[in-house]
Amino acid sequence: MSFSAVTLRLLDGFQATLFIFFVTLFASLPLGMVITACSMSKFKPLHWLTRTFVWIIRGTPLMLQVIVVFFGPGLIFDVQMRSRMTAVLVAFIINYATYFSEIYRGGIESIPIGQHEAGQVLGMSKRQIFFRIVLPQVIKRIVPPMGNEIITLVKDTSLANIIAVIELVMAAKTIVSNEHIIWPLFYIGVFYLLFCGVLTILFNFIEKKLNYYKG
Amino acid sequence: MNILEIKNLHKAFGSNVVLKNISMSVSKGEVVSIIGPSGSGKSTLLRCATTLEVPDSGEIKYFDDFLIRTENEKTVYADKDVLKKIRHHFGLVFQNFNLFPHLSVMRNITEAPIIVDGKSKKQAESEAMELLKKMGLSDKADAYPCELSGGQQQRVSIARALALNPKILFFDEPTSALDPELTGDILRVIRELAKEHMTMVIVTHEIDFALHVSDRVVFMADGYIVEEGAPEDVINNPSNERTKSFLSRLQK
Repeated sequence: MSFSAVTLRLLDGFQATLFIFFVTLFASLPLGMVITACSMSKFKPLHWLTRTFVWIIRGTPLMLQVIVVFFGPGLIFDVQMRSRMTAVLVAFIINYATYFSEIYRGGIESIPIGQHEAGQVLGMSKRQIFFRIVLPQVIKRIVPPMGNEIITLVKDTSLANIIAVIELVMAAKTIVSNEHIIWPLFYIGVFYLLFCGVLTILFNFIEKKLNYYKG
Repeated sequence: MNILEIKNLHKAFGSNVVLKNISMSVSKGEVVSIIGPSGSGKSTLLRCATTLEVPDSGEIKYFDDFLIRTENEKTVYADKDVLKKIRHHFGLVFQNFNLFPHLSVMRNITEAPIIVDGKSKKQAESEAMELLKKMGLSDKADAYPCELSGGQQQRVSIARALALNPKILFFDEPTSALDPELTGDILRVIRELAKEHMTMVIVTHEIDFALHVSDRVVFMADGYIVEEGAPEDVINNPSNERTKSFLSRLQK
């Protein structure tokens, strides 16, 4: 199989990888905020329910979660999950939203109480304090851990191949076993490296932009 | 006319009673210093008066607005609207400044006048500029708090409090987080404000300063007001044993 033929096949897989990456990212960023809000809720039942949920999601492998979402509906409710991709997206979005929610929570809780108090005695409402004082500082603080998590997501997309979604690793594996050649495996390594490289540059840029103040 | 009136205030954290039957009042133009050993409850008193802690019982009144009062033997705390009004009456300067690190000096000062008072940006900025001039910081409007010394940060935080035109200004140990050589700047600013008849309540460890600037000194220990009166009397001629031993320990 020629280099260009392999490239074309791999690009097909890479498309799925990109699709999983971007859909997961854009859905889990806001969903994470909802989970953070529930997690920090003063209403204890909701708080504990959410903490249990976070424990389960963080305490079990993403691969297991993908499998459960794909096979679960068919085995439990007798409704077959038609699209493998949907199963992957559902599992990924829930998993990543949970991780993001913990980063958000850590960021919000890291803002000193004095910042809230200063806003309060200046007469600001809770809302104004959150959106104008706390949130801008949280964003600066969570960029490094978010960058880390998002780069992990790039590589986690390969877990989709456990239910035979043809992403980058699956595409390469198929070629390798059919054609008995090894180099496509290294070739896809380059795909991941470049993808993560671009993200690293992007996050460094954002960190620099937010570096106009310390703290 | 009394701006602030506190009666029989009680506050406990769990089983630790921090304020016991505190009563005091502050009239217009008065400068009151609160001194006392750490753990005496003076900061808690200030935090109760500035809505940062909720007292257990007693009465706090600004002009005619009750922050807390007792009604039919029940303690009633101000509702949202009254709280908002009360927060307008006072300003608070924190021990560790609590400036907003992500906002420039100018925006630290103008943020509340604009979003709370609904002032125009232009007017808020020109008033802020005046305040910065007064604080000797007119060249720092565009700086961020992290670029300033502790003394400069504290002066910005005083300007931030003054920008809302408070009727009474509280200081919670305003020089305790500063290097000794920087405390002078802050004390000078407070002295200036005193000359302009700003009503102020200052929790401080600077006994000398309390002696020279305040109209009245309140000595607190173990959650009680032990002694209060003219600065010369309380500081130079204390009648209570607690006050004597506290002051003599300080002067060593």
